[in-house]
Amino acid sequence: MARITMREAISQAMWEEMERDQSVFILGEEVGVWGGTFAVTKGFYDHFGGERVKDTPIAEAAIIGAALGASLTGLRPVAEIMTINFAFSSMDHIVNEVAKMHYMFAGQMKLPLVIRTVGGGGRQLGATHSQTPDAIFAHFPGLKVVAPGTPADAKGMLKAAIRSDDPILFIEHATLYQMRGEVPDGDYIVPIGKSTVSRPGRDVTVVTYSKMLDTSIKAADQLAKEGIEVEIIDLRSLRPLDMGPVLESFKKTNHAVIVEEGWKSFGVGSEVAARLYEEAFDYVDAPIKRVAQTEVPLPYNRTLEQMALPQVADVVAAVKEVLNG
Amino acid sequence: MDKSEHLRLYNEMVQIRRLEERAAELYQQGKIGGFLHLYIGQEAVSTGLIAARKPQDRVITAYRDHGVAINCGLSANSVMAELLGKATGCSRGKGGSMHLADVSKNFWGGHAIVGAHLPIAAGLALGDQYSGADGVTICMFGDGATNIGYFHEAVNLSKVWNLPVLWVCENNLYGMGTTVERASAVSEIAQKAVGYGIENHRIVGMDVMEVYNMAKQLIDEIRAGGGPRFLEIVTYRFRGHSMGDPERYRKQEEVHKYQENDPIGIYRKFIMDNGIASEEELNAEDDKAEAIVQASVEFAESSPEPGPEELFQNIYVEA
Repeated sequence: MARITMREAISQAMWEEMERDQSVFILGEEVGVWGGTFAVTKGFYDHFGGERVKDTPIAEAAIIGAALGASLTGLRPVAEIMTINFAFSSMDHIVNEVAKMHYMFAGQMKLPLVIRTVGGGGRQLGATHSQTPDAIFAHFPGLKVVAPGTPADAKGMLKAAIRSDDPILFIEHATLYQMRGEVPDGDYIVPIGKSTVSRPGRDVTVVTYSKMLDTSIKAADQLAKEGIEVEIIDLRSLRPLDMGPVLESFKKTNHAVIVEEGWKSFGVGSEVAARLYEEAFDYVDAPIKRVAQTEVPLPYNRTLEQMALPQVADVVAAVKEVLNG
Repeated sequence: MDKSEHLRLYNEMVQIRRLEERAAELYQQGKIGGFLHLYIGQEAVSTGLIAARKPQDRVITAYRDHGVAINCGLSANSVMAELLGKATGCSRGKGGSMHLADVSKNFWGGHAIVGAHLPIAAGLALGDQYSGADGVTICMFGDGATNIGYFHEAVNLSKVWNLPVLWVCENNLYGMGTTVERASAVSEIAQKAVGYGIENHRIVGMDVMEVYNMAKQLIDEIRAGGGPRFLEIVTYRFRGHSMGDPERYRKQEEVHKYQENDPIGIYRKFIMDNGIASEEELNAEDDKAEAIVQASVEFAESSPEPGPEELFQNIYVEA
């Protein structure tokens, strides 16, 4: 167990898997000589060589297509799309090929493929470079979508993803790379598709994931000082969505707030709330609240950008609102 | 190529023709749903190309894939059953006409989004390059696909990485109903390869032997480490883009003119002129192909529908 950053945890997962399995390789823009635009693959090119750490043209469809094709031949590519905003340039491949080929050809083809990408706002990169469109990708059966919120989960889930025979979109958060946490050494695996109780509490259930896990924990710390015990469920995977711990918690607290960084409309919160109403209506003591990004293209100006992004205070307010009616 | 090989190829071409003629009838009877894109007129292209491959060479194509499937060794039964959506189809009734595949025959589909399979072909070739295998990936696509971004990203990547892939543009003069001249900045598609520094060739695709000889040479060059090659094959589809195409974009006289150049007739003549086989022997192949297709219709019609459990199978490998 060591206290390392999210960046180091992700890097460690890939390094260990590449050492373990020759069929694992990396491809993407600036993953090699540059060392990764977020420095996640720093040192990989020198150690593993250009054949296994492949720099690509700035051509997202070519990146996903090449990774997909290589995965069909039995290799385990880890394709990096520099940010999730650029994944739209390969959206057709992701939804029409990656998510469908196993099913459409009746299981003949396997796609042991990981697409690593980075989402999230808060870095003043403007509307086109700051999006959190996770829910869009989670819409498609056939694709698995995960977004860890801690360094330990990042390592364990990335290793699980690389070993999986299913295609997995692995969404990191642009402002979490420096986050530190305890991470088990060596072979540490966190299963894909399992949500978890991140913090136990009796009064209200907060359902969240990725960066908003940290925001929710900070909110819970504040609320604890006022005697409100928040139970936080970290979804970790959006598809498959594991409602087990969410339902269990909600049946205990009877109150829920869902916190996500993406826009509220048609989002993760909409889905989780709908399922709570469908599957646990008898346990609802107050209307479920959603905390999400204000519905605007994210502005550049720091103050305006922060106004639009969900903050600790928003979570605190939402929790009080569901509890006080 | 010996006599039996010639007769096999001839049989495949006739089989494709008959199979698609029957498919068109079954479509009109409502037994085949969705889209049905016929390959009739273009049979010499895939037959010649695929005859030139070795078993380790991968084939991937677009949605006009019935002929390619037969040439890759899929049985008429599994193709016809897939067209009828039956459990015995090559994709167990879940793919349909546009999504035929048989990985065991190194046929990787059947892809219905125009151009989308080109980057996948680059990836298949990358897989062989990475593993040190000596397979060549043959990627077939229409003229219309050369105007979409996928084409340019994939062809560029293949040259940058020196991938073992043969790009084959089947130029049948129309992308749906739009002529090449109205959609492409250059009407000789092979010119597009020049911009990527890829050696390219342009041939007419009505003579199966011409296609075979060219493909064999290029596949050998690629296998020897020469990197990607580009082959434009000019051809013509005798039928509409898909069933129900009103064909307002071309005159029937034009279609008739091309039909005089039927690739099956040309091959028949080649075989007889060169004393490879007699007319009687060719007629016997016609009968055999007809019987295979007839049997495939009976097989497909009597095959079971996929059960309801099939609906939820193969969404993921790991539940």
